Amino acid sequence: MIRVVLPQHLRTLAHVGSEVTLEVGGTATLRSVLDALENSYPMLRGTIRDHVTLQRRPFLRFFVCQEDWSHLPADTPLPKEVTSGAEPFLIIGAIAGG
Amino acid sequence: MSKVRVLVGTKKGAFILSADGKRDKWSVSGPHFAGWEIYHVKGSPVNPDRIYASQTSGWFGQIIQRSDDGGKTWHQPGTPAGQAPAPGGRPVAESNKFVYDVSGPDGKPLTTHQWYDGTQHPWEFKRVWHLEPSLTDADTVYAGIEDAALFRSTDGAQNWHELSGLRGHGTGPRWQPGAGGMCLHTIILDPSDPLRIYIAISAAGAFRTDNGGKTWKPINRGLHSQFLPDPNAEIGHCVHHVAMHKARPKTLFMQKHWDVMRSDDAGDNWREISGNLPTDFGFVIDVHAHEPETVYVVPIKSDGEHFPLEGKLRVYRSRSGGNEWEPLTKGLPQSDCYVNVLRDAMAVDSLDSCGVYFGTTGGQVYGSADAGNTWAPIVHDLPSVLSVEVQTLP
Repeated sequence: MIRVVLPQHLRTLAHVGSEVTLEVGGTATLRSVLDALENSYPMLRGTIRDHVTLQRRPFLRFFVCQEDWSHLPADTPLPKEVTSGAEPFLIIGAIAGG
Repeated sequence: MSKVRVLVGTKKGAFILSADGKRDKWSVSGPHFAGWEIYHVKGSPVNPDRIYASQTSGWFGQIIQRSDDGGKTWHQPGTPAGQAPAPGGRPVAESNKFVYDVSGPDGKPLTTHQWYDGTQHPWEFKRVWHLEPSLTDADTVYAGIEDAALFRSTDGAQNWHELSGLRGHGTGPRWQPGAGGMCLHTIILDPSDPLRIYIAISAAGAFRTDNGGKTWKPINRGLHSQFLPDPNAEIGHCVHHVAMHKARPKTLFMQKHWDVMRSDDAGDNWREISGNLPTDFGFVIDVHAHEPETVYVVPIKSDGEHFPLEGKLRVYRSRSGGNEWEPLTKGLPQSDCYVNVLRDAMAVDSLDSCGVYFGTTGGQVYGSADAGNTWAPIVHDLPSVLSVEVQTLP
């Protein structure tokens, strides 16, 4: 079970709370977690990754165990802390200030 | 008694303002999609309970929303109202997917347009500026997008396909973005000819199809833009908005970057009708619901100073199809007002006494129930208004 924490606007869009849990088969990677997230919540397709290129949208970042995974290859396996559910996979939007 | 429903898109959500035919007491619902930019909200003329909305964000991209109950509840098309789809459910987010057709009629890829510096730049989808529901089918709706292209859905906005003949007719590489981006912001469906569509792009100009979108031609003869190397060029004019009266579909009124223009031959030729306007820069333009020669604009000081002249918010009305304009000020602020009125932020209702509505970047939505003679704010303090549409309901 993998816990995914979404930014506020995506929680609203997906009709979910602060985090969602996903079952990911095989070796969990950045790509497979995002695939599972979009399969479970299809309304999120295109909001985290581009519809066509599947590139991360520029104003979003991925954090794993307090490390920035935004620029790692999509097939990078996630650590045990995340695949066990002990730590969440964080999707964070850039801060907009005044 | 008839009712009106004003659909307001703002920088931070959508609002629906409702009133009976007197239009003196209003109820406000919203914000819908709080925190998101709502570029446009428009109802189907076939089924007024069917409303489409463009919800967009620099963070999360484009979302298309649809209501089937007059704006009470919303859903991404394909998803039951108010519910998340079950795992393994249909890929509803196809409704958010706008993918350019890269093969033009001649088989060549349509990959570039002109960038601000004159170099060629690839087309990149950014957002939906305008949604135009079909006049005859509630499930058919057109979308004008940035970077400029026209899309159509025939299944209630679940899936979108580009009408690529527009970008493919040959002038695409000469189109360039205006300061607000290279947006297709105006879509006008001809009520007398289902195959004729007008669109306008900043900064490319106006275009028309007479065969349902297969082929297009520029309709910019008579436009004069001093910022262009050739001020009379076929392409490159910054058209801000175009309006038409449904009883005279060959007569078009245009607010260009500078200049208010008119065509009486379906856009083939334009002539200036700025007349005695104090400035002919502006964004909105609209036509009275029952008087095809009564036109409204909101003059803005200049392209460098996007606010009303002298701090006075004035709608100007011409009852002669242009050239002779009168200021309408009663009920509008006449001092220290420095808001803007954006291109899609004016609309008219079709009650016997025509109502006129517009929204400002200061968050006010003003309404007039007497064709502009007197005005009153419906709301004062919304987020910056991006668009205003109105539905006249039985």
